[in-house]
Amino acid sequence: MTDTAILVEGLVKRFGTVAALDGIDFEVPTGTVFGLLGPNGAGKTTAVRVLTTILRPDSGRAEVMGHDVVKDAMAVRRRIGLAGQYAAVDSNLTGRENLRLIGKLAQLPKPAIMPRAAELLERFQLTDAADRPVKTYSGGMRRRLDVAASLVQRPPVLLLDEPTTGLDLPSRNELWAMIRELVADGTTVLLTTQYLEEADRLAEDIAVVDGGKVVARDTPANLKARLGSTVIEFGMDSEPAATRAEALLADRVPDPPERDGATVRLRATDGPRMLMELLRALDAHGLVPATLGVREPSLDDVFLALTGHAAEPGVTGMGNGNGAGNGAGPGGRRAARRGRGGAA
Amino acid sequence: MTTTTNATTTAETGLSTQRSPFASAYSDILAVAQRNLIALRRTPQLVVFSTIQPVIFVLMFRYVFGGAIRVPGIPYVDYLMPGIFVQTAAFGAMGTAIGLATDLKSGLLERFQSLPMARSAVLVGRTVSDLFRNVFVMALMACVGFLVGFRVPNGLVALVFGMLLVLLFSYALTWVFATVGLAVGDPESAQAAGFPVLAPLVFASSAFVPVSSMPGWLQAFAAHQPVSVTASAVRALVLGPDAAQQLLGGSTASFVLQSVAWSVGILLVCAPLAVARYRRAL
Repeated sequence: MTDTAILVEGLVKRFGTVAALDGIDFEVPTGTVFGLLGPNGAGKTTAVRVLTTILRPDSGRAEVMGHDVVKDAMAVRRRIGLAGQYAAVDSNLTGRENLRLIGKLAQLPKPAIMPRAAELLERFQLTDAADRPVKTYSGGMRRRLDVAASLVQRPPVLLLDEPTTGLDLPSRNELWAMIRELVADGTTVLLTTQYLEEADRLAEDIAVVDGGKVVARDTPANLKARLGSTVIEFGMDSEPAATRAEALLADRVPDPPERDGATVRLRATDGPRMLMELLRALDAHGLVPATLGVREPSLDDVFLALTGHAAEPGVTGMGNGNGAGNGAGPGGRRAARRGRGGAA
Repeated sequence: MTTTTNATTTAETGLSTQRSPFASAYSDILAVAQRNLIALRRTPQLVVFSTIQPVIFVLMFRYVFGGAIRVPGIPYVDYLMPGIFVQTAAFGAMGTAIGLATDLKSGLLERFQSLPMARSAVLVGRTVSDLFRNVFVMALMACVGFLVGFRVPNGLVALVFGMLLVLLFSYALTWVFATVGLAVGDPESAQAAGFPVLAPLVFASSAFVPVSSMPGWLQAFAAHQPVSVTASAVRALVLGPDAAQQLLGGSTASFVLQSVAWSVGILLVCAPLAVARYRRAL
């Protein structure tokens, strides 16, 4: 066994003149969750496709569990599970038939296939729908089946390419819980996401990618601390009250607060603790905010801070957590990617 | 020895086992083909749809245009049906393009490429299951033929042999359309791309009318292209050697050989093309 589950060194992949991966490096220790965070087109999916042996890199090296993805592709395939951005399941087959097909193609011993399928259907709450064609499933059910399919062979390394894109809140939370369980069992997970919140909840380590390069590599907590900013907004009753509050708060925060009419806005590195302190201070002076807003740093903030330019429009964090920021459906995303590939 | 190996394997590679490439290829092809056939069984309307167009052609040519087409020596329906079989096989091959394009678009091919399965299984499994579908469709079309008066003077065995030629031709074409499906990447375009390829082959041929009625420049193409020679081979088989010589101007053997040569040639060119296309489709 090796301590490094995934090793990526100087990986380059070009589509025509566009370098989707422009010398990317990272390492994922066995039994951890690693997050690749970046906007659309940053190279996350390309990295996953190289690691899953679907694409050959132009240069550089990638290894999974010590096996080279180019020279020893079959050995890599026997050790990985892949769940992509859209549910890659056959809609004409039932859930059970889909898992059986994957079980066969993943070279499971024949007697192990059906019990494994039943176990996964149970675990992903698909037992009731197991013998219905997938075309009758809801989007969340399809996605769950897709993730179940990636686990059929009990892979030591799991690659999840934007697994929660387009999922509703309960499904997303379920999936997160499932990922944590797998990691507790010793699985190594590489997760790509556009959402800082998701990377923060799941990953021990994050690489922020932009333009095919790693622009930052850190723990989520450090990354957020470096960005330094939970934004807190106090909406006061009146402008005079806001002016008083502004003066009062200015002594307690490193960056001077901004006032906009009756609203006072400030940035805090240690959001929750500072918020309590500030509220106590306001209360002690008889100032009670009428409205209160707290915003955690989003991918946009990360990008602005790290690259000096904003992430693409429409990918500004989780919003209300329903992933509605993703205007384009799977088809659209696919089309965009194929378009890029087609330029080759 | 096996115990130790298995223990290591389970720890390092989960439930996946290593099998000989041959055993894996065989079972993977079967698994993929079975998957496609389940889809076919679950959506029988697809088979029905793929026979509607040829049935309309049968009725149209048998009862509408047929009266105006003179074929010396035999009833027109006996000339028509072998052409219809080949036409059905040709247009049916578009299903391969549509199926593969659908799998490509849905991300299923991507998943297959990340699995420790035989690389050949996706394409071979698909073309084999499409061959099964074609067997079924051909049997159906033969029944339609009998219903409208198609007769086989040389016996049913000759017809079966003719059908095998048509199926070989259809198998070669499924590889052409596998390439097309992977190249265009979505089902609608696959359908749109198929027609311009097939229309000249099917209509500028001896499938519906004798080539001798066409202008000279077209005859050169129409007489020798695969749809025509395959239709001629089936006719020669079904009608017998004398009719073949009189009506078609050649021996049964020569038509059969030409048809097989075309099919094998198409396979030899297009199978590697499709495989290459599959390797870089994603």
